[in-house]
Amino acid sequence: MNKIASTITSPERHGVVGGEQRLVRIAFATTVIVLCLWVLVPIWLLIANTFSTPEEVNGFPKRFFPSFDTESVEFFLGFYGVGKALWNSIVVATLTMIMSIGIGAPAGYALSRFEFRGKSTFRILVLMTRAFPLPLLALPMAVLFLRVGLDDTVFALALVHTTLALPFAVLITFSLFSGVPIELEEAAWTLGCTRLKAFRKVILPLVLPGISASAIFAFVVSWNEVFAAAVLTIEHRTLPAFLLQSLDVAPLHLKFAGGAMLVVPALIFIFMVRKYLFAMWGIANR
Amino acid sequence: MRVRFAGNCRPVHETKPFFSAPRDRDARPEKPVMNPRALPYILLAPATFFLCAFFLYPFVLVAWQAIATDEGELTTKYLSEMFTHWKFNTALTNTFWLVLAVVPIQVALSLLMATLVTKMQKGRDMVLYIWTIPLGISDLAAGLIWLTIFEQTGFLNSLLTNVGAIEEPIAFLGYESKGTIFLAVVLAEIWRATAIMLVILVAGMGLIPKEYDEAAQVFGASRWQRFIKVTLPLLKPSLQTALILRVILAFEVFAVVVALAGTNLPVLMSEVYNRQFDMQDTHVAAAFALLILVISVACTLVIMRALRTPKGASL
Repeated sequence: MNKIASTITSPERHGVVGGEQRLVRIAFATTVIVLCLWVLVPIWLLIANTFSTPEEVNGFPKRFFPSFDTESVEFFLGFYGVGKALWNSIVVATLTMIMSIGIGAPAGYALSRFEFRGKSTFRILVLMTRAFPLPLLALPMAVLFLRVGLDDTVFALALVHTTLALPFAVLITFSLFSGVPIELEEAAWTLGCTRLKAFRKVILPLVLPGISASAIFAFVVSWNEVFAAAVLTIEHRTLPAFLLQSLDVAPLHLKFAGGAMLVVPALIFIFMVRKYLFAMWGIANR
Repeated sequence: MRVRFAGNCRPVHETKPFFSAPRDRDARPEKPVMNPRALPYILLAPATFFLCAFFLYPFVLVAWQAIATDEGELTTKYLSEMFTHWKFNTALTNTFWLVLAVVPIQVALSLLMATLVTKMQKGRDMVLYIWTIPLGISDLAAGLIWLTIFEQTGFLNSLLTNVGAIEEPIAFLGYESKGTIFLAVVLAEIWRATAIMLVILVAGMGLIPKEYDEAAQVFGASRWQRFIKVTLPLLKPSLQTALILRVILAFEVFAVVVALAGTNLPVLMSEVYNRQFDMQDTHVAAAFALLILVISVACTLVIMRALRTPKGASL
């Protein structure tokens, strides 16, 4: 096969069509670079706005390079309610992370290691969450939470965010555990480990990086969520909810510094989990 | 990336220990602490309970709130209040136009990006990271990012002034310029949400064996023919998943619109929010939510049917 392939491609590489080939390569590289700029330039503009003085942000025309002034950022951080909103965001996201992994990882393990009745039903239940607009859940939950006295709490919001993150947690842990051969576990059993000990000593160290990646992903899901947060909280608003509700009153430099505050942690997190992105999304096909 | 379903794996102590033949009662294998048959159910129970309580039940509840009063009487007054509200038609048509404008471009763009990535030899990881950055960006943040460009003292006006194309900054997002508001939202949505389709398609393309493409090459098929006749049909399952996800998210469009347009471009989701939060009108909000839900499920079914893979034709 390789031989055939190389005989096909070789005339293209060295022969008469060399000029055309080069054109294709240049077009290829240009498209890639343009698409990279398409993603990066808007982010740069937000960052440039964030590190300009409030006067520059509200002034005209804008400079494309910031003066690296932290006055806007300081104004944002000192603004009434921002500190609390930031803290709430962190608490909700952390709770979401713990709950979705705590509930999702056992399910992922069960799916990867056992054949049992109802397995496909559970898989369908998990995949079904993809076919529904989940943030709308916040509406009925608002009524329910009011009834049980959980309204306007960070825990209630974390419950709704966990619903968003749980399907991912289940699917990625399933793929992680499937990647560890069952033979390793069996070897531990024959050497006298209990199921729990074998899991702790053999499986857990192997899947821990992947588990942390999906935990980070759950954190980002919650950190970014706007609609449910804005509907469910009044006193305990998260950062996105706070920003959304102050959109029509806040000055521009507050909005942009707030936007950057949302973007930067997410950028770092996505960089940390980039290896696992495909495991998370690619798996949806099966 | 292939994911293996682990086969039927019974714990060893359940089968006969082969190294020591059972002699008497004492030598029988130790009774497991947990019944291994029950174990998967025990592990699945929390997740199942959680999804039933916080996913299935709320959806029943939201439908109920839309068609019943607090006293539990069935009524259509919330639905008719929604349908007859003066903003309803605008919100509905705006949402549909947005989906129609955004999704086809995203399909084309993500297919192009996925093809480029698969053909790439150097710098693949770097480019892929850059292209998937928007995946981690909140829709509100994406709205704010594009606000830096389109607001009246923003970068687009600055650029146009610097090159001398305009004298005075234009109010792109003003009340009267519905066209540019719509365009700004479309651009922001394409920017933000193409990455999710890209990731699914790249994962899907990784599953297609190279031999198919090489075979088509042997028969003299051009690049375009190979893409249309070989790659695209084999990519159908991934395309289906990507489209379902994307279309549902597109009907949920909310924070991008609010950040860029305020109240100048009402969409379904912003009506839900206004009803629920500003007007405390839970039932009409639920009616809007039910409508979005019905549209989403209908779209899912249509896409599943249109892009179904015949049995046995999958990879």
